[in-house]
Amino acid sequence: MGVAAPRVEAAPRVEARGVGLRAGLVTVGFLAVALVVGLAIGPVHIGLGAILRSALSYVPGLHVHQPLGVADHNILWQLRAPRVVLAGLVGGMLAIAGASYQGVFRNPLADPYLLGVAGGAGLGATLAIIYAATAAGGRWTVPLAAFAGAIAAVALTYVLGRSAGAARTTGALVLAGVTVATFTAAVQTFVQQQHTSVLQNVYAWLLGGFSTSTWSDVAICAPYIAASSLVLVLHRRVLDVLSLGDDEAASLGVDVARVRLTIVIAATLGTAAAVSVSGLIAFVGIIVPHTIRLLVSTSYRAVLPLSLLAGAGFLVLTDVLARTVLSPQELPIGVVTAFFGAPFFAVVLRTSRSMR
Amino acid sequence: MIETRDLWVRFGPVAAVRGLTLRAETGGWTALIGPNGAGKTSALRALAGLVSYQGKVLVDGRDARKLGRRELARLVAFVPQKPETPPDLTVAEYVLLGRTPHISYLGGENRSDREAAARALRRLELEQFAERPLGSLSGGELQRAVLARALAQEAPLLLLDEPTTSLDLGRQQLVLELIDTLRGDGLTVVTTMHDLTLAGQYAERLILLDAGSVVAEGSAAEVLSAPNVAAHYGANVRVMEEDGRVFVLPVRR
Repeated sequence: MGVAAPRVEAAPRVEARGVGLRAGLVTVGFLAVALVVGLAIGPVHIGLGAILRSALSYVPGLHVHQPLGVADHNILWQLRAPRVVLAGLVGGMLAIAGASYQGVFRNPLADPYLLGVAGGAGLGATLAIIYAATAAGGRWTVPLAAFAGAIAAVALTYVLGRSAGAARTTGALVLAGVTVATFTAAVQTFVQQQHTSVLQNVYAWLLGGFSTSTWSDVAICAPYIAASSLVLVLHRRVLDVLSLGDDEAASLGVDVARVRLTIVIAATLGTAAAVSVSGLIAFVGIIVPHTIRLLVSTSYRAVLPLSLLAGAGFLVLTDVLARTVLSPQELPIGVVTAFFGAPFFAVVLRTSRSMR
Repeated sequence: MIETRDLWVRFGPVAAVRGLTLRAETGGWTALIGPNGAGKTSALRALAGLVSYQGKVLVDGRDARKLGRRELARLVAFVPQKPETPPDLTVAEYVLLGRTPHISYLGGENRSDREAAARALRRLELEQFAERPLGSLSGGELQRAVLARALAQEAPLLLLDEPTTSLDLGRQQLVLELIDTLRGDGLTVVTTMHDLTLAGQYAERLILLDAGSVVAEGSAAEVLSAPNVAAHYGANVRVMEEDGRVFVLPVRR
């Protein structure tokens, strides 16, 4: 294998695949269909044309006449729309946070709840439901307590993980997360045992869902989710560098510890905001990123943006199932994500080889 | 040129490198040799800024600590013993990651990065593999991809930790020849090596470490004496010289 140094020749195509036109269009299309389905399906029939005209009537300068009566209008824009938007925000956040955790910990099973977010949020919500349901915060008490609980649990995980030594930071951090989650679960069980009368409220929150979502829910979590997603998407190339391992990333000039901390903070803040308005919705953070990896690419330049979009569409559609399968009864959305998500993912796993 | 002055690398109470002072000349090939646990890899990792150390590492006379991480990465490329090669990345994508020290923190590759990566691919005759995933390459092709990634970094110093580990005899020679041809571009090479005969034939300068300190340095003929090898490896060897080349042959006691 002699290596001559040929001068100018036909240059090889040297480019990093990003999202890719086809995958990008398919994912945006999927999200668009999900949003339309989410708006159109419900106990009251509202046609697609009416939805479109109703939406256009809000665009200044078009002079489209509002086609819906007051009742239908309220159902569409005050009940369905916030629910669809919130499910989209939460689904996108959980998916991109899961993908980021998997990258930063280089562990395919890492999920957005890895570092104790779920346990902390659950405990915070439980305490609020039991002790502060009538407190000054009103209907914000529970989400705020969940948010605070999630942040506190992750902070505790981080302090604990750091004290275990810097040598194996990621392993120590994950172990600390398990420790904190176990501890918060124990406290939560104890508190519930003492207050069995509110068990149902606690479980309803833990199982998660969007049945009571309003525009103010959207307003409270959207800034966090937008900021967090932006930070994570901006780190897509850095996460690819981290996939070479800590040593090589460091020898390429990346401050691995700082990058890891930045990504964990961003993903955790976004997840905590999502959990505070939706409860605990399992599986989205695992299933969506891995579907993208299997069908499109394992590069984070594809995985992060596509997870955000596909996660949003996925949870909107799941929410449609949750409210229609046993209509008028609603299924907890966490049950639906797992019940339909697991077989779906099994199919993706089986077919991915032949598709690539 | 890269040099160390009174370099100490400690892992808790254990010092892997003890007061090491060495110098690798510009354009030369310096091999760190020594028995297991002599501190070769720790010393190399200190040169790359991957472990904390006491003492000084100077890159072209500049204190490596005072260079930022990115600036150091533009001067020093490092190839670990077992590089991670994510199987789904294409060769081009992988080599482009070598441009990281030249790309702003949240930025992407620009044209000059793509050109540098293309040069590295050409240098290692990997053009036709550019769009192939790493997972589909043979061992030898993968080795070239790893070198191309390090080369794309365009650092004047290339550090390689045991570049021939787990390769068969023929591939060991291929890789070492390849590294040698890269030196034609003015690259300074520092490697750790186990095989003393190969180390003696490819590197101009050998530095024999034992227990974290330099015990001998110089040309192969100067360092690879039977008494030296016996004293520091505890090995019984016969050393032969032919055409100015040194062969270290193990002999059963």
